[in-house]
Amino acid sequence: MPQVSLTVNGKPHSVEVEGRTLLVELLREKLRLTGTHVGCDTSQCGACVVHVDGESVKSCTMLAVQAEGADVTTIEGLASADGTLHPMQEAFREYHALQCGFCTPGMVMSAIDLVMKHPEGLDEKQIREGLEGNLCRCTGYHNIVKAIAAAAEVMHGRRTELAQAAE
Amino acid sequence: MYDFAYHKPGSIADAVKILTDDPEARPISGGQTLLPALKHRLAHPTALVDLSGIAELRGIQRDGDRLVIGAMTKHYEIQTSDVVKTAIPALAKMAGNLGDTQVRNRGTMGGSLSNNDPAADYPAAAMALNATFRTDRRSIPADEFFQGMFATALEPGELLVAIEFPIPTKAGYAKMRNPASRYVMAGVFVAKLADGSVRVAVNGAGPGVFRQEEMEAALAKSWSADAIAGIRQDPDGLNGDIHGSAEYRAHLVGVMAKRALAEAG
Repeated sequence: MPQVSLTVNGKPHSVEVEGRTLLVELLREKLRLTGTHVGCDTSQCGACVVHVDGESVKSCTMLAVQAEGADVTTIEGLASADGTLHPMQEAFREYHALQCGFCTPGMVMSAIDLVMKHPEGLDEKQIREGLEGNLCRCTGYHNIVKAIAAAAEVMHGRRTELAQAAE
Repeated sequence: MYDFAYHKPGSIADAVKILTDDPEARPISGGQTLLPALKHRLAHPTALVDLSGIAELRGIQRDGDRLVIGAMTKHYEIQTSDVVKTAIPALAKMAGNLGDTQVRNRGTMGGSLSNNDPAADYPAAAMALNATFRTDRRSIPADEFFQGMFATALEPGELLVAIEFPIPTKAGYAKMRNPASRYVMAGVFVAKLADGSVRVAVNGAGPGVFRQEEMEAALAKSWSADAIAGIRQDPDGLNGDIHGSAEYRAHLVGVMAKRALAEAG
């Protein structure tokens, strides 16, 4: 059986997998990091999005063995050790950007990648288009878009308070 | 998904050897099409040969009047490359409008072209720009590379190494996406090449990418939307399904061609 060595949320792991083991299966079933969800399992819904070497990917559409040597961040790796939430998580809470919460881990991971790729800032259209790979069946997206706009201002140091960014 | 052996060779020669020794092995690039297909058990390879460890398959270079893109270059790299944006802006734009961010972070140009999905975007660009496909053993012109639905001129075990695009004087692409799946219903790529020739390629509408020669002739005489206003795409042989009839797709070809021209300027 193949062995895969990778770093997840700053911790090194070496895990025995099958060739066909998906990255999301490694995360959820071997490492018990169940914050990453499986929604559609057909690379459409985005509930399984994690960061691999800083880029958002659908972990249901990547083999665990393809993550050999990679630095993986999941939703569990965002908050500080003292429990302080990442600005994106804080914004999702502040703006009530979730209802059932199933899509939220993937939304947050995609949103962080989107914001990091646009240091110049993002307008509403860019945010909506940037969420093309993430489906939410509850919210209608409005509050998710607001949360990402607010978090972007904080993450790029243009604002310190989420409330100030609210329109 | 059925299980398979996994190989990650470090060179093109090693990859070709594995693929040649085992005809049931398949290469995997970004995996954004192959892995969903494997989940559906549409294929049952004995082994996957991961090409991501082969450095010479990646990268974007301008080589005189050509843009050379390594087969394993990701959509996101093409979308954001200043070299591509300067040389063939329509190609950078195309890369930024396919799939979603997460697909673009993994999927590769060579993977998409080798798969030759009728609804894929790149085949239209490669065909209209008269690209050359460089493999581990030869060079294949675009007119010979695409051989209909999911079929290419690549032989078993043959690996696409890089795609060479002649830099055009004008190029534009427009597509109508299925509102649910976002796959192309009909797309048209128009290009005026440096030698003055015009090529028009249609994707999504038929069983594979094809050239619209009537539009090519008209645009060679006059590069304008008026020049193709009277041209009707023949619906015979086009795709007709629950998403749209062949007649509808034929109509879209005309509309997309005009939009592509507007994009090209």
